[in-house]
Amino acid sequence: MIEAKSKAFRITASLALSVLALLYLVPVALILMNSLKKKLYLTADQAFNLPDSDSFAGLDNYTGGIAKTDFWSAVGYSVTVTVLSVGVIVLCCGMTAWYIARVKSKFTSLLYYMFVFSMVVPFQMVMFTMASITNRLHLDNPIGIAVMYLGFGAGLSVFVFVGFIRTVPISLEEAAMMDGASAWQVYFRVIFPVIRPTAITVAILNTMWIWNDYLLPQLTIGGRYNTIPVAVQGILSGTYGDRDLGAMMAVLAVAVVPIIAFYLVLQRYIINGVVAGAVKG
Amino acid sequence: MRVSKFISRWFAVFALPTLTAFSLAFIVPFVLGLVLSFCKFTTVLNAKFIGTANYGKIFTADSSFPHALGLTVLFALASVASVNGIAFVLALLLTRGLAGTNALRTVFFMPNLIGGIVLGYIWQQLLNGLLAPFDKTVQTSVGDGFWGMVVVFNWQMIGYMMIIYIAGIQNVSGDVLEAASIDGAGYFTTVFKILLPNLVPSITICTFLTLSQSFKMFDQNLSLTAGQPGGATKLLALDIYDTFYNMGPAMRGVGQAKAVVFFVFVGVVAFLQLRATRSKEVEG
Repeated sequence: MIEAKSKAFRITASLALSVLALLYLVPVALILMNSLKKKLYLTADQAFNLPDSDSFAGLDNYTGGIAKTDFWSAVGYSVTVTVLSVGVIVLCCGMTAWYIARVKSKFTSLLYYMFVFSMVVPFQMVMFTMASITNRLHLDNPIGIAVMYLGFGAGLSVFVFVGFIRTVPISLEEAAMMDGASAWQVYFRVIFPVIRPTAITVAILNTMWIWNDYLLPQLTIGGRYNTIPVAVQGILSGTYGDRDLGAMMAVLAVAVVPIIAFYLVLQRYIINGVVAGAVKG
Repeated sequence: MRVSKFISRWFAVFALPTLTAFSLAFIVPFVLGLVLSFCKFTTVLNAKFIGTANYGKIFTADSSFPHALGLTVLFALASVASVNGIAFVLALLLTRGLAGTNALRTVFFMPNLIGGIVLGYIWQQLLNGLLAPFDKTVQTSVGDGFWGMVVVFNWQMIGYMMIIYIAGIQNVSGDVLEAASIDGAGYFTTVFKILLPNLVPSITICTFLTLSQSFKMFDQNLSLTAGQPGGATKLLALDIYDTFYNMGPAMRGVGQAKAVVFFVFVGVVAFLQLRATRSKEVEG
């Protein structure tokens, strides 16, 4: 930290940054504003006009427009898929990371490097074969997809967990073991409370990824169980439903507002989690 | 190593579930993907080995791959430079005890949480509104689409990188900075002579993240330009996707071969970056 001393500089810099911050919010504000306009007033040349008595639609786009798009069910599927997958990832990857960090063998170090390797591989490399396996094993539903998310999320999640568990003194486990606890008890009673902050990091990173993920759900459960990104792509690219611009704006608004609310409430955890994930990745 | 032995008996409980999912979602699809890139196939069950013919088709004159590759490299260069430059300046300004620092940080980071598809459509509205007086949309020309994607990527990534730079700057020891100021070093001297050398790890992480994210960008490309006009703004990931799903099942082998080449590019970039990090760490 180098405190700025000149008062003129402090004021100018604060002002300039505030203007920039307002500009930063323009895209989202524009969508919110336009979601209140009637669809006939949503052409590109009128995008920046404030709603007036002619164009103001109230909440019609939310109440009427969205209903025609089946978007509300997408919200339900997104919540189901995200909550279930993140839960499974935090539970299973924490346990696996403990196993890898504590069992020293060629096999566990091979596993570790395979998880690290999987983080580098672009999704396009495996998308076709992965989608095919998902279909053949009948995992192409909002529950089964959690298995695929566990498989894909394991790379980063195990990596982040292992990094932290290696800093935990092994004497904790030794003491619990001497007391006759089973491995199951040692993990959930002794280790998990210690690695809770990392579990929160892992949960946040995976929530941000899965909630926003488009290609994996599109290729596996898309069409039958659309998540929010899949539904947004379908509605906004005009592949299904009539092109109701008002409904499109409302859909975008509904897709964005919960994320911003989530962010404002959990800001500190999110920013810390992202830094921790980035520094380790 | 008693703990090691104690845990290792519990393999089935602790490691097997993750390992099974990892095999199904990654290991098997990866190996199968490699094999299929040498085959003609429409589903994974009717593959026929055809040698390297798929790879031969990637770099022919009528292939869209070379153009997508060139565009992706340009996109990555423009994005890495702009995102890191702006993020670094913001991080410098936001570590000087200015009024409203926390609120500003919150605002700049916010777009990073919005997914690529939604982000692309939000910006499509804004950019088309701005281009309307010129009778253009963001899908009219390669230039508009390209710079549109760079702007969207900047909006999404600047806050993220800014946070990492801020963490780096806050880690630089106060004693060193104080010593510099006692010696009469000005602000810019301090930034270039003291902060920058100490921020090499942060710079490496940010360069790597922006490089790999821009190289792999798909969602924002699909939603903002959809490759328009005429496929000219397709980046690599979208080009591969289209080869698989929009050019008929006969092209799937070529799509898989493109994906392998894509993987090799990304892998080489990651490897070089990792080596650079390692050597810098030894110096530091």
